[in-house]
Parts: sequence; structure tokens; C-alpha cells
Amino acid sequence: MKVLIPSALYAYTGGARAEADGETLADVLADLDRRHPGIRFRMIDEQNRIRRHIRFFSENIQICKLDHPLPATGELIIVQALSGG
Amino acid sequence: MSQPTGSPASPGETILLIATRKGAWLYFSDAERRAWRVDGPHFLGHTIHHMVLDPRDERTLLVAARTGHLGPTVFRSTDFGRNWREASRPPAFAPAPEGQEGRAVDHTFWLTPGHLSEPGLWYAGTSPQGLFRSTDGGVTWAPASSINDAPQYRQWMGTVQDGTPDGPKLHSIIIDPRDASHLYMAMSGGGVHESTDGGQTFTPLVDGLQVVEGFNPDDVAFHDPHCVRLCPSNPDRLYQQNHCGIYRLDRPSRSWTRIGKAMLAEVGDIGFTMVVHPRDADCAWVFPMDGTSVWPRTSPDGKPAVYGTRDAGTSWQRLDAGLPVSQAWWTVKRQAMSVDAHDPVGVYFGTSSGELWMSRDEGIEWECIARHLPEIYAVETATRAVPA
Repeated sequence: MKVLIPSALYAYTGGARAEADGETLADVLADLDRRHPGIRFRMIDEQNRIRRHIRFFSENIQICKLDHPLPATGELIIVQALSGG
Repeated sequence: MSQPTGSPASPGETILLIATRKGAWLYFSDAERRAWRVDGPHFLGHTIHHMVLDPRDERTLLVAARTGHLGPTVFRSTDFGRNWREASRPPAFAPAPEGQEGRAVDHTFWLTPGHLSEPGLWYAGTSPQGLFRSTDGGVTWAPASSINDAPQYRQWMGTVQDGTPDGPKLHSIIIDPRDASHLYMAMSGGGVHESTDGGQTFTPLVDGLQVVEGFNPDDVAFHDPHCVRLCPSNPDRLYQQNHCGIYRLDRPSRSWTRIGKAMLAEVGDIGFTMVVHPRDADCAWVFPMDGTSVWPRTSPDGKPAVYGTRDAGTSWQRLDAGLPVSQAWWTVKRQAMSVDAHDPVGVYFGTSSGELWMSRDEGIEWECIARHLPEIYAVETATRAVPA
């Protein structure tokens, strides 16, 4: 599926567009990390929790759990949600 | 403070490694330490808690980084920042057993190269408090689970609410230059600890240290060391800037002596940072801050000054020539003061307002090297041989 990457992670992907496959959010992120090593840990901590300022969206809904199924042909949007100066 | 003695020495090119809330900078000096060439920013926008050069090879540079959005990591360079590579396995706690809530590293706070006899070995301290080791020069990191997951140490570490405003920190990881298996480390809060088996196990070293009034000093959890330093010229001597004063420890004693009582009462002996002379174990410097009422943690009365001792803390001298004389409300954080190896020693500090100050005569005269940087979290000095 297509993955839209936030600017904070361009250093891993080289730009806003990436591809990754998998049946769940966990699978897609694992595949994304295989293609772009290190990217997953910046978003998911060592206890498999989504980091505080990272949000995932697909098909116009926010995905809050790693085992959430994803459509094979859809798009995963990763958002950096930061406030403050 | 008396005039330092000795003829100028040139141990090599002095480099300042500046870690800030919004990136990292390197300052390269000329031989006289009078002109500085700035290189940076590196990692603009990243929160950099520490940047350290490996003195064993004079080329491996590690940076502890995170951003507001992303998890913590470590970057590594072997060409003074021309190229950076991320650690393939940054510091991370062990997964929690099923049904238990595990801890996640918020940021790596402290980096310490291992003993001279152990090339490639590094230690890291994190927030929440954890000790980590790398045996491959910072490429991969493993948790010291014998400490991080030990029930007694977890109790002393407390929770994320028990530490400093941006989280409790494991810091001041010190390797005895005579013995690679002899380590110290400190936790804010959670006390000072000693290991004689290479960091596999630790025991508390808090006797003589005071805690906040009303709390029990026998409970290690209530101890809050801010910065611990070992004297390279006498590794049996340690100094400490604590939440509750300035202390010295001469081993094999296990009891700290509060040497900050000799400070002027109106200044007090509260602060974050402390540094020691590389060749004179009686000489150390601190940067006091206002620890009254709600703890403003600014320069006392808005008049910043370094205080130095040349008699192991029996007396202290105010060292403020060149510093602002009034209305300067910054402070210096625990990693933001450092010394070089020159003779006389250069002393450096970075401020919460983004100024970088230096003295090339052991604190007698100060001058500002840089202004308008982001809030400075850490200042380290490094030396490398002058290129032919």
C-alpha cells in the first residue's frame, strides 16, 4: 500500500511517498522498517506502543492499535502531531 | 582564586561539542583558543542531550538525539559530523513480561566512553532511568537489565513523576581510569552508586549526603545527585553538586563531606553542574543557582558567577570577571560545563539562554564565544592532534 510520510521521517524514506505491504498496521510498519531501517522505532516504542506525537490514519479514520487491519490497496497516512515551541 | 601557574601548552586542537534543545554545534579552536570556527547546526530541530567524542580514537562522535515527534536515537560520525549514521539498535528497555507495563526510553541523556583498555565500549544513561551498554562503538545498544529491571533499583528510581520536570535521569556514568570494572553512576533521583564488576551490579554510595528536609536520608530514593565528577589526577577523589549542596568524597571512605557550607551564605551551594581540574584534585568549579522558595534556578540575584576552589572545598572564590554584572537570569545545566586539557586550563559553560562562555585562565577572566544559540543542554570539550 501507499504510505504518506511526514517530513520528520524523510531522512529515512527520502520523501513523502513510500510503499509497504501488510495486513495490519503492525505488518505494514514492519515492512516499512525492512525497506527503511530504523523508521519504526521512531514511531513505535520498545513496548509496542504508538509514540505520543505520532498518529496513523487510513480510509479517513484514526488507527490506534497495531493489530488494526488495513486494506491492501489503500493508503496509510502518518502524521506528526506536535505543539509547542 | 590565585593565578594559575604553568606555561601554555598545546595538547592539540580543542573542540567544543555543544548540545542544545534545537540541534548540535561544534566549535573548533585555534592553538591559542582565541578564535573559534563554528560548524553547525547539525540535526537542526532535534533535541540533543549529549554529544561526546571518543578519546580512544579521537574520531568517533556520538550524539543522543530525539525530536518532539519521534522516539529517541543515537547518531554516530567518524568524520566530525560530515556524515552521520543512526544506531541500528538505539537504547531501548527490554520488553515487559506479559501483563506488565514496560518502560520506554524517552531520551538518552548521558553518554560515556568505556575504559581506555576497552575500545568500542560505551555506556548510556536514559530517562526514565536506565543504564545501557554498547560494545561496537555505539552501533547497537543493550539494556543493563541487572539494574534496569532489578526490583530494588526500580524502587529507588521511582516513577516518571519523581524526577526532574522533563523526566528522571541516569547520569554521571564514570569509569575509574585505573580499573575498567570500577564504575560510578548517579540518578536524579535515586542516589549515587558504585560497581566493581563492570556495571553488572551496583551498591549505593550516599552516606553523608543530605536530602530535602523532612525526608529520610536512609531511603536512597530521596537522594538527588545533580552531577558527579571523578578527579583524573586522583581517582580516589570525587566531587558532587547535589540538589542539597556540594560534596567531596575521598575513597576508600564511603561518607561524603558537604564542602558547600564554605560558600557565601547569600549565594548558597545549590546548582546543577560541577567540573574538576584535569591535573589538580584540589581544584574544582561550580555554577551556583537560586535554590530558594520556588527554586527559580537562575543566577542568584541575576548576577551570574562561577565559584572555584583550590583547596578541595575548604574555601571558594567568586569568579565573575567579564560576566554580566546584573540582570542576567540564566543558569547552567548539569552537563553544560566542561574543562580542556590546556595549561592553564580552559573552563567553558553554556547557558539556558544560549550563550557559550569560556575562560582560558582557569576562571579568572570570562568571555562570550557565542550568543543566540538554543538553550544549551551540554558542553563537552575534546582534543585531537593538530593535522600536519
